[in-house]
This record gives sequence, C-alpha cells and structure tokens, in this order.
Amino acid sequence: MDSWYLTIIVFLPALGALMVALLPKPSPRQVKLTSAGFTLVAFVLSVVVFALYDRNASGIQFEQVAPWIPAIDSSYHLGVDGLSLPLVVLTTFLGILAVLVSWKIDLRAREYFAWLLVLETGILGVFTALDMVLFFLFWEVELIPMYMLISIWGTGRKEYSAIKFVIYTLIGSALMLAGILLLYFAREPHSMDMALLQLRGVTPLFTAIFFLLLVAFAIKLPVVPLHTWLPDAHTDAPTAVSVILAGILLKMGGYGMIRLCVNFLPDVAREFALILVIFAVISVLYGAAVTLRQRDFKRLIAYSSVSHMGYVLLGIFALSTLSLTGASLQMFSHGVVTGLLFAMVGLVYDKTHERNLDVLGGLSRQMPVIVVVFSVAGLASLGLPGTSGFAAEFITFLGSFTSTQVSYIQVYTVLGVVGIVITAGYILWMLQKAFYGPPLERFDGVEDADRLEMATIFSFVAAIMLIGIYPAVLTDVIKLGVAPILPW
Amino acid sequence: MPHHLAWAIFLLPLGSFVIISFIIRPFFTRWPQWAGYTTIASIGIGLIFSVWTLIDVFNNGPLYVPPVDWVVIEGAVTIHLGLLVDQLTAVMLVVVTLVSLMVQVYSQGYMHGDGGYCRYFAFMSLFTASMLGLVLADNLLFLYVFWEGVGLCSYLLIGFWFHKPEAAQAAKKAFIVTRLGDFGFLAAILLIFFQTRNLTGAGTFDILFLHEHATELAKIGFLGASVATWAALGVFSGAVGKSAQFPLHTWLPDAMEGPTPVSALIHAATMVAAGVFLVARLFPLFEASEQAMLAVATIGAFTAIFAASMGLVMNDIKRVLAYSTISQLGYMMLGLGVFGYAAAMFHLFNHAFFKALLFLGAGSANHATGTFDMRQMGGLRKAMPWTFATYLIASISIAGIWPFAGFWSKDEILAHALEHQPALFVLALITVFMTAFYMFRTVFMTFGGEYRGGAGGEHSKPHLHESPAVMVVPMVVLAVLSVGSGWFNFVEGGFPHFLEGAHGEPASFFFTVLAHPWPWVSLLMGIAGILLAYAMYSAKWVTPERMGQLFAPFYKLFSRKYWFDELYEQVFVVRFLVNGLFWINQLFDTYIVDGLVNGVAEGTLVAGRGLRRLQTGQLQLYGFAIAVGVLFIAGAFYLFA
Repeated sequence: MDSWYLTIIVFLPALGALMVALLPKPSPRQVKLTSAGFTLVAFVLSVVVFALYDRNASGIQFEQVAPWIPAIDSSYHLGVDGLSLPLVVLTTFLGILAVLVSWKIDLRAREYFAWLLVLETGILGVFTALDMVLFFLFWEVELIPMYMLISIWGTGRKEYSAIKFVIYTLIGSALMLAGILLLYFAREPHSMDMALLQLRGVTPLFTAIFFLLLVAFAIKLPVVPLHTWLPDAHTDAPTAVSVILAGILLKMGGYGMIRLCVNFLPDVAREFALILVIFAVISVLYGAAVTLRQRDFKRLIAYSSVSHMGYVLLGIFALSTLSLTGASLQMFSHGVVTGLLFAMVGLVYDKTHERNLDVLGGLSRQMPVIVVVFSVAGLASLGLPGTSGFAAEFITFLGSFTSTQVSYIQVYTVLGVVGIVITAGYILWMLQKAFYGPPLERFDGVEDADRLEMATIFSFVAAIMLIGIYPAVLTDVIKLGVAPILPW
Repeated sequence: MPHHLAWAIFLLPLGSFVIISFIIRPFFTRWPQWAGYTTIASIGIGLIFSVWTLIDVFNNGPLYVPPVDWVVIEGAVTIHLGLLVDQLTAVMLVVVTLVSLMVQVYSQGYMHGDGGYCRYFAFMSLFTASMLGLVLADNLLFLYVFWEGVGLCSYLLIGFWFHKPEAAQAAKKAFIVTRLGDFGFLAAILLIFFQTRNLTGAGTFDILFLHEHATELAKIGFLGASVATWAALGVFSGAVGKSAQFPLHTWLPDAMEGPTPVSALIHAATMVAAGVFLVARLFPLFEASEQAMLAVATIGAFTAIFAASMGLVMNDIKRVLAYSTISQLGYMMLGLGVFGYAAAMFHLFNHAFFKALLFLGAGSANHATGTFDMRQMGGLRKAMPWTFATYLIASISIAGIWPFAGFWSKDEILAHALEHQPALFVLALITVFMTAFYMFRTVFMTFGGEYRGGAGGEHSKPHLHESPAVMVVPMVVLAVLSVGSGWFNFVEGGFPHFLEGAHGEPASFFFTVLAHPWPWVSLLMGIAGILLAYAMYSAKWVTPERMGQLFAPFYKLFSRKYWFDELYEQVFVVRFLVNGLFWINQLFDTYIVDGLVNGVAEGTLVAGRGLRRLQTGQLQLYGFAIAVGVLFIAGAFYLFA
C-alpha cells in the first residue's frame, strides 16, 4: 500500500525552489511568500503524518516503493518509523522558521531562497529514504546548496569555511559510498534496501563496513577530533543556514549512525561501543572546555554543539533502548534549542552589528523580549528541567548509566554528567556578558524583536517547553523506532 | 480531605505565575498592583489548604494521591508524577505558604514603585510553586525537577536588578556553585535507579520505595562502599550546594544582592532549607549508612561554627544574617547527622519564622536608611519601634533564650549531638555563644546608640520613619511565631512524635526542661554572647577596634572569609580552569586538531604545486617521459616474463 505523503513532503520544498526560480521577475516579497507557503504546507503535512502514525502498529509506515535500478535491487523507497518521524517534523519545522528568519535578506533573494528550499528537500530525503542509493543521493544533494549559501551570503572567512565544510563532508561521503558498496556485497541476496535484516557477528569485513560508514557520520555529528569544520561553517554561515546546519544537518550524522551502523551491524557496534563511548565523553568535556574560551557569540554556540552532540554519541553507543531513545530525543531537542540560539544571535547581530562578547553588554534594557527568549534557549541548552534539554539529557544519562552492554559505562556516564556543570558556566557567562550590567550608550536606540521575529522565536520556545513538560509526545513515537534495533 | 486540594496547593501559585506573565504583564501594564494581589490570593488560599492538610495528616496519617503517567517506555522506565503528603510534607507546606504569604504582603510595600514590580511577583509565584512542588514530589526525579526550579528562581531573583554588575555576578555564582552540588545529586539518582532495577527488575525513583529498601541497598557493595553510602553522599552533595554548607557556602552571602524580601523567603526560610529537607526526606537511606551520617554531622557542625565566625565581623547587616543562615543550616545538618531527624526539622520550622523576620527587619531598616551598612545606621529604635521590637524578638529567639522558639529546637539538637557525637557537641555549644554575640551585635549597631546618617553618611539629614503597615503587619505575625512556634512541642504528641507518625507524650514540658543541667549550659552560653555584644557595642567597655587589634589575625581571617572566594574564583576557576586546562584545550584545538586539517589541505596544495612543474606543456618532455615509460615496461616484461 503506497502512501504519497512522504514524496509530497520531501519534494514540496524543491517544487517551491523551482517556482521561485521560474517566477517572472518576482519582487523579493513574492519570493519570500512563495517559500514560506511551500515550507508551511510541508510542515503541516509532516505534522499530519506524525498524528496519523499508528502508535499501535509501530514499524515503518507511510511507505512508498517504486522500482528504480532493478539490477542492484535499488528502488525508490520512502518510509518513516519512530526514529525518523521526529526528525522529519523537526526538518519541516526548522524549514519554515529558516525562511522566516531570512525575511530581511534582499541580496539575490531569489537564489537564496531557492537554495534554502533545495537544502530542505535534500535533508528530508535523507531522513525518509529507505534505500541506500537513494540515501546517498540525498546525502550529497544537501552539499551544493550549503556551499552556495555559506560562500555567497555568509560573513567573515566565508569561502574558506564553505570549502572546508564541503571537502570534509565529501571525504566522509567517499568512505560512506565504499561502505555502502561493501554492505551491498556482504548481504545475501545483494540488495540496497535498508529495511532488510541485520548482519549478526563480528568479522573483519563487517568491521570495515562499520567504520567506513561510521567515519562519515562522525564527521557530520561531529565527533572530536573530526569537528573543526563545524565552528567555522556555523560562524560564517548566514543566520538561517546556521539554524539549519546546527538544527538538522548534524542530526543526519546521529541518524545515520543508528540507522546504518547500529541497525545493520549490532554486534560490531557492541564490540566497539566502549571506545566510541570514550570518544563521546571526550567530545562532551573537550567541547565544553573549548566553548568556555570563546569570545565570539556565534562561535561559542557553535562549539557548544560539539559538546551537546557528544551526548547523542553517548546515548547511541550505550546501546540500550532507553539510551537510544534519549539520544534521539536529544537530537530533536538540540535541533530546536540550538536552532533558537543561532536565530537569537542572528537577531542580536542584526540589531547591534556586534558579536564580540567583550564589547556587548547591558542589552536587556534595550531588548527585553530578546533577553527573555535568549534566556529560555540558554537554560534549555544547560538542561534545566521543564525544557526539552533536561528531558533529553536525563533520559540519555539514565539509559547510559543502566546499560548492560558496555563495561564501566557508569563511570563514563558520570564523567559526561560533569559536562552539565561546565555548560551552566558558559551559558550563564554568555548571558551575563551580553545582557546584564549597566546599559551601554553605544547600544541606545537598538530595537527589540519586531512582530514577525517574535512569532518566529516564540514558536521555538513553544516547542522547547512542550517537549520539556511532556516529553512523551516524542518518546511515545521514538520508542517504537528504537525497539526493533537492538537484537539482544 | 480530597487529594485534589494537595494538587491545588502547588498549582495555585503556578497559575499565578502564568496569569502575571501572560495576562497582567503584557496587557495590564498600568495596574501592576494586580500582580501582587494575584500572588497573595493564590498563596493565601494555598495556606488555608496547607493548614487543612496538616490537620488532616495529623488526624488521619499520610494522604494518598494517585500518580499520573509522565514518560513510559515499556521494559525500560516508567516515570510517574505523584504527590507524597506525609507528616514531613504537611509541615513544610505550612512553613512555605505561611512565610511566602508574609513575604509577599511585605513586598507590596518594599517593592512599591519598582519598575520590575510585575516581574518580581511573577518570579515569586514561580518560586513558591516550585518550592511546594519540591516538598510534595513523591519521586526523586520530580524532586530534582523542582529542585532545579527553585534554583532557577533564585538565579532570577538574585539577579533581579541585573543592571547592577554585582547582582548579575552573584546570580551566576549562585547557580553554578549549587549546580556543582546538583551534579552529585543527579549521579545519585542514576545510581539509585540502576540499583533498584537490579533489586526488583524495574528501576524506580519512588521515595517511599527507597524508605522501605534502604537497608537492602546498604548490603550491596559498590566501589569500596555500599550503594546506600554512595547514594546518600551524592544526595548530600546536592544538599550541601543548596543549603550553602562548607565547601559550597560561598554563594549565599553574595546572594544578598537580591531584593531583601527575596533573601527572607528564598535565602533564609525556604529554598536554602531544601537541602535539610532533602536529607530528611531520604532519611532512611542516610540511616542505612554510618559513613554518610558521619559526613552529614561533621559537615553540619563544622559549617555551623565556620560560618558563625565570619558572621562575627561583617558590617553589612544582610551579610551577617546570611552567615547566620549558613550556620543555622549547619545546625540542622548536624541534627540530622546525629539521628535527630525530628529535632532538625523542628529547628527548620522555627528558623524559617525568626530568620525570615530578621531579614524583613533588615529590609525595613534599609527602607528607612537606604543602606545595609550597620556603621551608617544606629539609633533606629526610636523612629522604628515596631521594626526594633520584632527584630529584637527574633534575635532573642535565634540566640536560643528560653522560652522563645529557637531555644526548644536548638536544645534538642544539642541533646542528640551530646549523645552521638560529643566532639561535635562542643563545636555546636561554642556556636551558640557566637550566634548570640553576632545577633546582638547587629541589634546594638542598628537600633542602639545615635543615628549615623544612613546612606548619605554623617552629614545627611536624618529623616527616619517607620515602614508602612503593609510591611509591619507581616513582621508582627512572624514575631508572634518566633516566640511561639517552639511551643508546638507541647501539643498532643509533640512535634517529634508527630513527624515520626506517632501519637504519644510530648517531648518536653515548658518548665521541666529547666530541671536538666545541659539546657542551662546552652542558655548561659547564649546570655554570655549577648552580654559580650552589649559590652562592646552598647556600653563600649571594650571597643570593637581594641578587640580587632587584640585578635588581628583572626579578624583578618574572618573578614576575608578565609580567602575562599579568591581560592575558588581566582585560583581554581580563572587560573586553573579557564586560563589553564581549558586554554590548553583551546590551543590544542586551534593548532593541533585544526592545524592538522589545514595541514593536510596545505600539503595537498604543495604537492600539487610541485607536481605541476612536470606539466610544462612541452611536447618534447612528454615524449621523453613516454619513451622512458615504454622502455621501463618493456624492460620489466623482458626480465620477468
């Protein structure tokens, strides 16, 4: 039984991009309204899919299969399960918000919005594809718009950052392609379909496949020491692209790890879980330590992602139902929270033209609304109960601490928990630097958020609070996706 | 009593927060006073319900409240949200709502005309809701949730005047220092869940379950001690942070940057006592571990005397009171550590009233003089008789003078200490003397002698006035309680028996307590302290300056707060972490990790530049290379084939 929902959701933004590109001499306003319209419909549809997803049936739903390259048993196969569904919703949610965040962009608006929409299609494809060739294709599609968006509309060393991002990701892609091919040949019968059985046991071939795939995803997540593309790309990208980059692109890494590495090769994953958990803890602590040294507003938040994604890695390779649920929830939560943080930094920068925390100060007088929302985002980032950050981190910690698959995981989990203290340090320091203290004369006349901006940032806040107060909204779906992955 | 009322106690102030934040603040900016009324109404109704709950629990025992599902993941975890209304909770509910109500009424006067009036009451409502949630929670996870919630409100209210750099700094410090303790608390929660899962097959956060199975946890070994010990120590580290016990005490004195009613409610009566409450809440777990009990008693007793020593020399009245709070919380911890569960909670109960009153008195004095520096006050007793009288009552109570409230609970803690830890008893006894001294030092400096001009100094005109009725009335109510709250010992069964869920004989009678020798010793210590303060600050038989010279090294040690702020902030955080360890990490990141990445890219470029030289475009060279290649292949072919 084929469902057209996902195909429509995935290609709506691309269709929007086409419209934007082909509109005869549109005004920037028309371009923006078109983009907003298409992304909004995609978001609404994805919420419909989320609501219609049968919580009693679990498994993959809304499937669509059409033959594509029969010679290698590759098909156009889309579908969602509990793992990908929240990420699809997250993508379309941030998709519409990214358009709204970009409302003031008038430089080559047509191209900008077209690329932004193509980017959304690429990411949605990654999360819904259930065929490895298709998956790889969408994985690559996302690169080109990203390069354009950073190198044309970015700031600072934008060309350097853009090329660094692309080359880094391409190295990963090359390894991933090799991994996918090996996986194809390792399976009997050979197939590119992702919804097929797991490969049990640990052999050199399986190990090779595992690491080829893993490195690609580890670059994307990112895992220390493969992370240095991230602060550059995030810092130099335009605001909306930073939102997408931190909000969703990183999650492709975590999603890939679960969907391909752990799902296909659970025994190899267990074999190497300990070392990956150690890398996770290093990412958390090292990332947090370096974050605390940043003086640039945007760079600080970029580095905080390295630390927060460490929790995702910890949750994934603690290999318990609960820890994987926590990791998935953390991906969603981080998407919204860090998305909001980047949107807020963008707002502050737009209004003050300043990103240096040593120069900023006392802004809470001039920006009463912005300071409230920024604080909410910051508190969610440091895992305050009542926000999504706490729900996600707590479930991750709980799942990791009680995991029976990795020896001495309790020690590593507790080391990871130390991260929440350092996080509190840099978040509160940042808030203090930028917003508290006596109002500065040089920022007199700086404006607070306008209506559209308020609507945008309050949407983020609503999502953060909803997940924080009642995480079951997501965990009830995520647990259905996680349950079939762990075979033991 | 219907259990919905227990929910209502928590939900009312939460509703008040929502109404103020989303309705009054945005749409009724011209009527900010409604924010105050909403808060007072919600907490007032909460107080009525709390008293009802207390009577109900007194007569019928703990109230059962059915839990609600929060997160359920089959086979992994089931988290409920439920309320636990037992004797301990019932007492805490009354303390929190009563003190909070008094403080909110007072705040109407104190915060009158402040630009952040609405914001203030919104935060106060949120705080009260979180604090009530904390005492009502039936499982550790939700206790932790509200634990962080009160921490957030504390952060927001310390930094209420965020344009003052000291306030912003103090708020941040409070949050981070307490979070350091919370790290241990969180780890303990994880450990408890893990071990209860091993015990029963399904992990739990349930507090009553822990009460019943604490002894089993004590039998499981874990990293060289029992699980119960590790869990108790972890929980205690959270309590140390929240209750500002040594070595995490440094944040509380700085927290005095917040508005004074905030100090009264949050940093004296309720939130800082949450650490004591937490230990009491999980008392069976602590009782199951000797090491943990010893740690609680030792830290408590040490903190009591350590903080009191700093209170001796401060000139800012609020700072004296802050150190006094730390010291009194140490007393309560000591009480818990020497198995005086009921005694400690009794002291928490009494302390909430007289310490809140002392802060409100200090706020009232500040309202008139514009300063907290006692060297600029003096002589306030004439112009502010109500403030003086109530402050004096509270001081007598905290000094432990019979028959005021403080005497009864302090005496019971001392009795337990004497029985279980005689060495700590001596520390506690010395602290009694110090407490009486520093409290009456503030009384004489603030209210005695002649007025020294307030914020403007000697030359400003004195324009002293008593605070408005809206501020005085709450102080009078609290003063009545500061005298009489200790007499709850004489109601049927007595306070300790009630807490332990039994009806029986009162613990001690009004006069019979004086038939024993030890109460006289502590009483005399208190009176001696008061006399010394009188001698130095009122009669001036010995001037404070002379004493300062006599004990110069001690004076310096106390007034510099043992250099703990410098040690933590300058040495540990700035030198060791930020400019040390983290700095090295950053260099590593920039030059090694990223350097390697750029190095590979650079290497590729250099290699390309080198190899490019071969691409000269000259056909002769290419032809030559082809010829060499052909010869090479042919040669190889000839040799090997």
